[in-house]
Amino acid sequence: MSLSATSEVSIEEIPPVGSTGVTGLAPRPDSSPSSRWPQWFQQDQQKAWETFTTLRQPKRNDEPWRFANLKAIDLSDFQLAGPVQDPAALIRRSEGLSKTCAKMIFANDEMIHRDAQGLPNNVLLIPLDQAACEHEDLFRKSFMSSEVRLGSKKFSALHRARLSTGAFLHVPKNVVIEHPIEIWYWVEGEQASIFPHTLIVLEEGASATVIDRFVSAHNERSLAIAVNDLMLGGNSRLTYVGVQNWSDKVTAFHLNTTEVEKDATSTALQMNFGGSYVRGESDSHLLGEGSRSVMLSVNPASGTREIDQRTFQDHFAPRATSDLLYHNSLADSSRTIFAGLIKVEEAAHETDAYQKVRNLMLSDEAEANSMPGLEILADNVRCTHGATSGEVNEDELFYMMARGIPAKQAAQLIVRGFFGTVLERLENEHLQTHLGTLLDRKLNL
Amino acid sequence: MSAPATSTLSIRDLHASIGEKPILKGLSLEIPKGEVHAIMGKNGAGKSTLAKIMAGHPDYTVTSGDVLLDGESILGMEPDVRARLGLFLAFQYPMEIPGVTIANFIRAALQARLPQGEELEATEYYAKLYAKMDALSVPRNFTSRSVNEGFSGGEKKRCEILQMAMLEPSYAVLDETDSGLDIDALKIVSAGVNALRGPNIGMLVITHYQRLLDYIVPDKVHVMSDGRIIHSGDKELALKLEAQGYDWVEKEYADAQSAL
Ligand SMILES: Nc1ncnc2c1ncn2[C@@H]1O[C@H](COP(=O)(O)OP(=O)(O)O)[C@@H](O)[C@H]1O
Ligand SMILES: [Mg+2]
Repeated sequence: MSLSATSEVSIEEIPPVGSTGVTGLAPRPDSSPSSRWPQWFQQDQQKAWETFTTLRQPKRNDEPWRFANLKAIDLSDFQLAGPVQDPAALIRRSEGLSKTCAKMIFANDEMIHRDAQGLPNNVLLIPLDQAACEHEDLFRKSFMSSEVRLGSKKFSALHRARLSTGAFLHVPKNVVIEHPIEIWYWVEGEQASIFPHTLIVLEEGASATVIDRFVSAHNERSLAIAVNDLMLGGNSRLTYVGVQNWSDKVTAFHLNTTEVEKDATSTALQMNFGGSYVRGESDSHLLGEGSRSVMLSVNPASGTREIDQRTFQDHFAPRATSDLLYHNSLADSSRTIFAGLIKVEEAAHETDAYQKVRNLMLSDEAEANSMPGLEILADNVRCTHGATSGEVNEDELFYMMARGIPAKQAAQLIVRGFFGTVLERLENEHLQTHLGTLLDRKLNL
Repeated sequence: MSAPATSTLSIRDLHASIGEKPILKGLSLEIPKGEVHAIMGKNGAGKSTLAKIMAGHPDYTVTSGDVLLDGESILGMEPDVRARLGLFLAFQYPMEIPGVTIANFIRAALQARLPQGEELEATEYYAKLYAKMDALSVPRNFTSRSVNEGFSGGEKKRCEILQMAMLEPSYAVLDETDSGLDIDALKIVSAGVNALRGPNIGMLVITHYQRLLDYIVPDKVHVMSDGRIIHSGDKELALKLEAQGYDWVEKEYADAQSAL
């Protein structure tokens, strides 16, 4: 059964998505022989499929799904994506940063382009399935290795079960990659499903900047369950940006895990420009002393878009810092949900943990829900958290208009500035300028 | 009237209130192009209210009277329209606009003055911006800082004058541009204002310290009290107010009123 938008069926009546529900996503009976994955991983995928079918669909009273539109996560009429029609056209359309040192392009879960010439010799940027075959230990150690804790266990299991390929980046000890690596994930097809995956492993002292770009080939209703795992060895530096630009009809999951070892710094930004329902889960583990995780998100929501974000800042080690800053602007009848937990485990004394969510309300019909949370088991910690909602400040608007800027444009500039303060946190001018241009385009500036 | 109606900023018997509270109570003033007028008055006299009403702040209601810019009533116009007609207000308390850089802000303001489809020339724009910044001793790296965010009082005021220099208004109202300035900053800001003086601009300088008027020497000085101009004179009046305070003017005005 599928539900149309106007259906009156209550949430409880949605059938469990099981072997009967998601036939379009079930493993093909003839799959195994031609698979690029090693045998052990295929078995793993079998198990994941069972997990997926066993776990029940989230219900309204499930805490991790509070306020979420559960109709949006009924996946029963999605299919596995077939090959794209014109890969060359998508490669041409994959125009992002002016200066990159490597690029990978995936379309409907097939790699259609790879250019890794600009990378230092010993850096690996290869398809995930190749990594599983050729670097089994490394892959096993880092691939989806931690528990899914923010609600999407079932969808994460589906991801694992249906994973076809993805990007695997391994940067050896003390290797610094200067320019960004850009990875594109395209989806094409009405009801098509894809499972993008970026796995980044930085060894001790390594440094890299990676941009994932999520794009629809056409204005189609598709499903994406994307995973990124960021594994930072001691004293490493990672800047990761996800630019989500799906069509306005897409149901998308973006599930992140970040593990940060001693004195390493992860700065991760998720920008959500598209999608109909977008579920973001971001789980940071501060594992090493002095580690740091900066968690950023920029969400200009409009239309009927729903952006549903759940976060976890889990401090295991002393003197670590986590710093979350999410900015949402809500136009039309868009919705945002934010639920974030800061947890300071017993050993994590002298923790600095910050969490700030700001909702800029641009319409009376829009709705922002914020649920910040705090659990502190250690002494001597500094934690602040808070969520604010407000409209465009009238005095700021007047000030700009008094300079001759028309009201509408003044408001757009204020919104642009509101997001600009998040981009500044990347501390990377080149990236900031590029992402700023994308924002300008999104906000019609 | 000394100047033809087509080149003055003219405030005529202006009454205005905020909510139910009347603040301007029949204020008239005439600022011809080429002149600098000063308004002095105690805190709470209504000086900032006058400035904001001229600029079109939505919180105030004009109950009667008019404001004419070069003979045209501007009261029904949106603030941005008034600004593009040539009116500029240097704010007593400039707003902070997080994430909007000074360069982008001023560029948007200039761009708004160009005909549809015409783009501001970037090289010329920056050349001009840097020249004006240098003249006002505003460090060049301020272009990439957010408007007024984290600025000192003096930096904010200098930034207001920078905007005025870039926008080249035909009438400018400067509201307490001297407040919060040390003597060096005051000299820089005054020099910046004086550089803009000329036959094509009329200025209204609001202050409650005579000190500013040593540097920006006005053609006329008006005393404002309780929403009205109660006395006008030449630049010597400012010195007298500094020496003797406002009580004598207020008393003179009250006596004159009761004599009516
Ligand atoms: N937003 C407001 N709400 C209520 N009263 C106001 C407001 N703004 C100004 N006033 C009142 O109007 C009077 C004039 O204020 P203002 O114009 O700021 O004076 P000045 O600039 O001369 O010090 C004061 O009594 C002040 O309290
Ligand atoms: Mg004032």
